[in-house]
Amino acid sequence: MELDINSPVLREFGSEQSLLSKPDGSATFMQGDTSVMVGVYGPAEVKVNKEIYDRATLEVLIQPKSGMPSVRERTREQCVRETCEAALLSTLHPRSSLTLVLQVVHDDGSLLACCLNAACMVLMDAGLPMSRLFCGVTCAIDAEGQIITDPTAQQEKESRALLTFAIDSKEHNVMMSSTKGSFSMKEMQQCIAVSQKASERIFQFYRDSVKRRYSKIL
Amino acid sequence: MRETPLSNCERDFLLKGIQEKKRLDGRQTYDYRNIKISFGTDYGCCTVTLGKTRVLAQVSCELVPPKDSRPTEGIMFFNLELSPMASPGFQSNRQSELLVTLNRQLERCLRNSRCIDTESLCVISGEKVWQIRVDVHVLNHDGNLMDAASVAAISALCHFKRPEVAIQGRDVTVFSPEERDPVPLSVYHMPICVSFAFFQQGSYLLVDPCEKEELVMDGLLVLAMNKHREICSIQSSGGIMLLKDQVLRCSKIASVKVSEITELITKALENDRRARKEGGKFGFAESIAKERITVLTREEAPLDTTDIQATADGIISKADAPPEVVPSPVIVATGTGQVGEGLENTWGLEEDDEEEEMADVTERKTKEDEVMVLSDSEEEEVVILNQDGRSKRSQR
Repeated sequence: MELDINSPVLREFGSEQSLLSKPDGSATFMQGDTSVMVGVYGPAEVKVNKEIYDRATLEVLIQPKSGMPSVRERTREQCVRETCEAALLSTLHPRSSLTLVLQVVHDDGSLLACCLNAACMVLMDAGLPMSRLFCGVTCAIDAEGQIITDPTAQQEKESRALLTFAIDSKEHNVMMSSTKGSFSMKEMQQCIAVSQKASERIFQFYRDSVKRRYSKIL
Repeated sequence: MRETPLSNCERDFLLKGIQEKKRLDGRQTYDYRNIKISFGTDYGCCTVTLGKTRVLAQVSCELVPPKDSRPTEGIMFFNLELSPMASPGFQSNRQSELLVTLNRQLERCLRNSRCIDTESLCVISGEKVWQIRVDVHVLNHDGNLMDAASVAAISALCHFKRPEVAIQGRDVTVFSPEERDPVPLSVYHMPICVSFAFFQQGSYLLVDPCEKEELVMDGLLVLAMNKHREICSIQSSGGIMLLKDQVLRCSKIASVKVSEITELITKALENDRRARKEGGKFGFAESIAKERITVLTREEAPLDTTDIQATADGIISKADAPPEVVPSPVIVATGTGQVGEGLENTWGLEEDDEEEEMADVTERKTKEDEVMVLSDSEEEEVVILNQDGRSKRSQR
């Protein structure tokens, strides 16, 4: 079986941190036209019914651009929450709450991946202790079996399968996966391998942005 | 999470400053904070920053049946949301007092002033009209949400374009943007809210109060006005008594502010239109300041995929008991998927068994009919099935 990867690309991406004054940490992440804004509050006091005695309670809210949050937002919230919980050292803040609020600013494909990247940027901005960083990469497999990384909304619509992975920065392992459509095992392994390659670039971006923030020269 | 309360010291300090005509951020009494308006890649998407206050507005549309009382008019729907991102005190999907007042004020400012031509939104009288929905999300709360929301909403409405429709008899065809150019809404005028905060029972006045000033103010006067100096709505809250002169002075200040803001909106719209026309880059990604230390961007670049094939093959070969044949997935139609080969359904068999049993029970019941009286009680049913039980019963 031949590998059909037509030189996958990551669209131009960028981020801004600390752009909102109210939240303890805030960031916006843009991948092509897809854009997500996040704010985080915490560690702060927690409601008694949500209190966990040995670690912090993490709450993730995703606000759609128009209308009320629906089931789709709920599933995304769960994906982001579970990834963040795995990366955060929440035992350092027992009986406290962390609230992550994501606002979809524009959806042009790879929204979940963008949410994950924005979430990681915001956790870094808020200075919350984490055991590792993470990033999200979306791969689409089109009708001809070609793998497209970071697909646009149009490419997502035309694709046969859509796979989103959260990759950790330590061993480049898969922390979370969310898939849609049908694909073979080989195709999935290829997608993971491509995502791991793409994750290196995003982690380099994280490193560069931290370096830029804490350096005195632009 | 609760809102951080204001201490007495802070309160006294702020009030004293206001008495001495000094404000926390160094503004003069009648100064507005900086307003920045930027548009997204979508039509009808707009963010407005007013100092540190930030709101996002998105306009969307759909075809709906009109209201019975107004069969030839389109419907305007406004929804302002206080996202928990804006302030720790805001909770999502909870109707707070502030939320209700802001929503009501926004409606009064934009719907009741009839700034949008709703009759042009009618497609088929009494059957189909456009519903224009305006979602305003508050992203950061630093006071004067009303002004920021009204600027964002009206800018988004001016920026918005709805799809072109064609009517043939009773059939309505909605064209995608690729087929026919979308049409903008007809906006008659642009009402803009200007807020005035009053302190010490109305003896001091401030334009565009920030969050801290809002916490210590006694009353608030919100004036909605357009650039033709027509007042669209006026609302005073906080229960302060205002003199006629004060209201007139406020309306004079408002007229100046409104003409400035209107000019700003027109300029922003013009810039966006030009960028789109020239095929240049537009949207939020272009509007962020790249020279900031907290901003970093990367260009689009291809990925190095030399050893991906090898890695994937390596993992598959190492995996436990790889399946001998990897069937390529069959797609019946786009959007469908199938898991597994599809074995024989075992559910039906069980059902058959049950039916047989049921038949058995009824048979037995009919046999025993003369001996016992049937009842709905579960205990009795068990008795019927159990042979020993049955004998005991007959003995009884």
